[in-house]
Amino acid sequence: MDAKIPPGPLADKWNYYKAHARLVNPANRKKMKVIVVGTGLAGASCAASLAEQGYAVDCFCFQDSSRRAHSVAAQGGVNACKNYKNDGDSVYRMFYDTIKGGDFRSREANVYRLAECSAALIDQAVAQGVPFAREYSGYLDNRSFGGVQVSRTFYARGQTGQQLLLGAYQALMRQVHTGKVALHTRHEMLDLVVVEGKAKGIIVRDLETGKLERYAADAVVLASGGYGKIYYLSTLAMGCNASAIWRAHKKGAYMAGVSWVQVHPTSLPQSGQHQSKLTLMSESLRNDGRIWVPLKAGDTRHPNDIPEPERDYYLERRYPSFGNLAPRDISSRAAKERIDAGHGVGAMKNAVYLDFSKAIGEQGKDKIAEKYGNLFTMYQKITGINAYAQPMLISPAAHFTMGGLWVDYTLMSTIAGLFVLGEANFSDHGANRLGANSLLQACVDGYFVAPYTIPDYLAGELKAEKVTTAHPAFDLAEALAQTKIDELLSIQGDLPADYFHKNLGRLLYDTCGLSRSKEGLERAIREIGELRQEFYRRLKVTGDDKVNTELEKAGRVADYLELGALMCRDALAREESCGAHFREEYQTEDGEAMRNDRDFCYVSAWEWQGADQPHVLHPEPLVFEQVALSTRSYK
Amino acid sequence: MALTGTFLCLFLVIHLLGNLQLLLPADRARASFNWYSHLLSGNVLIKLIEWLLFVSILAHIVYALLLTLRARKASGRGYVYDKRKASSTWNSRNMGFLGMIILLFLVLHLKDFWYRYKFGNLPLDEQGYTDLYAIVVAAYEEFWYVLLYLAGIAALGFHLLHGFSSAARTLGLYHPLYSKVVRVAGKLYTLAITAGFMIIPVYIYFNKA
Amino acid sequence: MKIHLKIWRQDERDGPGGMVSYTLDDVTEDMSFLEMLDALNGVLIGKGERVIEFDHDCREGICGQCGLMINGRAHGPLPHVTTCQLHMRSFRDGDTIYIEPFRAAAFPVLRDLKIDRSAFDRIIQSGGYIAAGTGSAPEANSILVAHDTAEAAFDAAACIGCGACVATCKNSSAALFVSAKTVHLSLLPQGKLEAPQRVNAMIAQMNAEQFGPCSNTEACEVECPQQISVLHIARMNWAFNKSRLLGRKG
Repeated sequence: MDAKIPPGPLADKWNYYKAHARLVNPANRKKMKVIVVGTGLAGASCAASLAEQGYAVDCFCFQDSSRRAHSVAAQGGVNACKNYKNDGDSVYRMFYDTIKGGDFRSREANVYRLAECSAALIDQAVAQGVPFAREYSGYLDNRSFGGVQVSRTFYARGQTGQQLLLGAYQALMRQVHTGKVALHTRHEMLDLVVVEGKAKGIIVRDLETGKLERYAADAVVLASGGYGKIYYLSTLAMGCNASAIWRAHKKGAYMAGVSWVQVHPTSLPQSGQHQSKLTLMSESLRNDGRIWVPLKAGDTRHPNDIPEPERDYYLERRYPSFGNLAPRDISSRAAKERIDAGHGVGAMKNAVYLDFSKAIGEQGKDKIAEKYGNLFTMYQKITGINAYAQPMLISPAAHFTMGGLWVDYTLMSTIAGLFVLGEANFSDHGANRLGANSLLQACVDGYFVAPYTIPDYLAGELKAEKVTTAHPAFDLAEALAQTKIDELLSIQGDLPADYFHKNLGRLLYDTCGLSRSKEGLERAIREIGELRQEFYRRLKVTGDDKVNTELEKAGRVADYLELGALMCRDALAREESCGAHFREEYQTEDGEAMRNDRDFCYVSAWEWQGADQPHVLHPEPLVFEQVALSTRSYK
Repeated sequence: MALTGTFLCLFLVIHLLGNLQLLLPADRARASFNWYSHLLSGNVLIKLIEWLLFVSILAHIVYALLLTLRARKASGRGYVYDKRKASSTWNSRNMGFLGMIILLFLVLHLKDFWYRYKFGNLPLDEQGYTDLYAIVVAAYEEFWYVLLYLAGIAALGFHLLHGFSSAARTLGLYHPLYSKVVRVAGKLYTLAITAGFMIIPVYIYFNKA
Repeated sequence: MKIHLKIWRQDERDGPGGMVSYTLDDVTEDMSFLEMLDALNGVLIGKGERVIEFDHDCREGICGQCGLMINGRAHGPLPHVTTCQLHMRSFRDGDTIYIEPFRAAAFPVLRDLKIDRSAFDRIIQSGGYIAAGTGSAPEANSILVAHDTAEAAFDAAACIGCGACVATCKNSSAALFVSAKTVHLSLLPQGKLEAPQRVNAMIAQMNAEQFGPCSNTEACEVECPQQISVLHIARMNWAFNKSRLLGRKG
């Protein structure tokens, strides 16, 4: 596995790359076409940037408008090492925080570039009109976030993702207006077309007419987001799916870090059997909220009636230096530990308290309302509880997938010409992502990295023969996609796609969620196999092949069933605990993760071998030149 | 709509101020009102304003019709079960209906007073002015006529209640404080105009000789 | 609880449609409205019928994709929530609930409750942006924005583009949606330069998309999930009128 890291000292690598990247003559750019799948932060920013440079872009999303992509739901903020607070921040500090937060399972060069480009992103967003929070002096405001000891998070109330996405969406709309981007909403990618080892197009389904369509291009960008929805109950949108990356995977792109899934500590707990999603409450709440459970197991008193000495502020107790701002994996696991030990609260005993009484006492209700007003309102809308008067109930929920398609330093997958951006790729977060780094990564990939690396690739394609949609590879890919649709429609069993999705999700929460064991993972692989067989025997999709959400769901669940098995295999093969991956067999006496740098200091990239063949593992060793591997401690 | 509406609002104030003379004791009212009517009818400037008024009313109506047609076209198929009325006031949704009542009232009003004054053969008062006062008093001594007037003015009131602040919006008054001021002013204005115009026929009816 | 439903069913764009009755048992109070529809679709699949198509995605009130007319109200009986944030605890056992798509000539129905809101995208395309090139912006703190200005811009920028304002408006006007964007951008110093062109272009596109005129009934503000104030419409009008008076239409 060659990550194509540029030569030179860490701090100069990206500059070296930029200085040596090939360019395309402006006159030639409009002859080159790029396909972008997904219109979230990564996709929209990449499509807009490439169009501004002069390339022709075909952009796709399955939603009814490109503004709906799930980046919109990110709440807390975006990190950037501007050091506006003069609290000791720097590119290196941010790089180190991120690499440590990822438990030393990411590439130094990628992470350094992420930190290096972060400052420019804030400039970019402000120029686009993103209304970040301001001090009374008119300067940008910051707050702190989990896993770091500086204030480097920029925010727009609790809707930072929405505001950043609207900035990117508007930039994209501007390019649509100029005619350089052709936008195809309500289109879902079904397959990648590879010609002579290079990505040359995609097959999509028009979700309104049901027709399969072909699009050819000189390069393909996947920015289709993460696959956390595989757990069914998650903080993701209902439509989030792995289909685009999974179908590219089956065409030869490797998947990496597949089982590294972040479980977010501050989500609303599940309240019933019909629940379709778990709503996230921004992690920024942990800045001012204190997390606790009753000291006594099974305590049923109202939280306000439990006196201070009978409360267990377990994060402050276990991790005194980071306290309530401990990274997400650690906070989630600590919550699960308390809940499993019988200290859980709420109707289903599956939650912990997030308490603002101290912050309200110190700062006043108005200040808290200004910072988190919309979150408190949202909480009240969903639960009917006023969190100004009593603590919120929160619990962990599947949230972000650090894993995804393997990419090199240029964000190109193992298929030439197939670039993968944002959450869809494995790259910068290692085994655990720090809060407010996902918006950053998506933006940096789309605004600052891809606009250099994709032209570099295209420069080499200028003289290549143009592939049109008449190429036999398109015939084959379309025929296969059609066969798959016909198959799903023809099973006509007795169970809806949701049944399989919910069962898969439950199984993965149990065996491949916050904690994993050899025994559980082996059982899961077996049971997922059985579930998959049952799926192809008993699935029922009603309706026709036009607008049909059941058909869309079935296609996505079919992919999840294959991906779920790979997640378990990945987790099974990694015999250590690192970041979000916690193997019960590998822990210290006091329950902390035990990493094994001697045997597992690598990224696991998996190659698809066919439906009933086991994946082949290609390790990409991680070389650390700048940082010394240390035990990650937030105590 | 906003410009013509605002102009018509202004006119209503002048009209009311003039008409308030009718509340004076009968003799003084007759002298004063007839003199005032004469003054107005003879003035070139007033003639000009009169034309402007007619044009405004016409423009207000034509524009309203055009907007209603546009809105109807924009609404498409409409709802089977419609409770949208819960989210706005009745008068704000029914400005067209109110406007139609006002128009009918206006036709009657102009026919009975303005037309007769201009083109009718009316007696003169002691000063030699046309005795419009007598006509007005005669009209308001009829119970059904007073009732008709009150209904017309009520419609005008509801129309103004929305129209006044709506005009400010359309013209672009966006400041939260001044918007609130205009909203309150609109209510006071509406109250003054409707009360003023309503008192006159009622007063005359109950003071008939 | 048991819920009776009357739901708009329509096979295709511009095709005929009508209300169809369903009854759903075992509805619980903690279900969200959309989870109730999921449950109904589960029943329909069991019977071999085509499911009810409706738009939804994030289910936490921010993506703006869900939007139903519930008992004749946009996003249902509660003020300032999206359809996905409405829970069945707002209804009672035995209730009959009418569900229709958001209606406007500019929002054609695709199937059942799914509609085409691409008119909104085209309005943004006409000028709803600051024309800042990507990758080359000045230092963020070189543009000072007063705290209150940033907050006011945010209030406008919070629009989720769901279309409830149009659906509840008797004129099917998109004034609140358009004004939210023009005001968000023109309040900020970065967006002031293009303000006259922007407001003219966006209003022209809004009219071209066949949205109706605004008559200030203020129903939009009542139903808006983000509580966008109608004063933004006034502010847009001010900018529009000013640009026409000064002859700066861009």
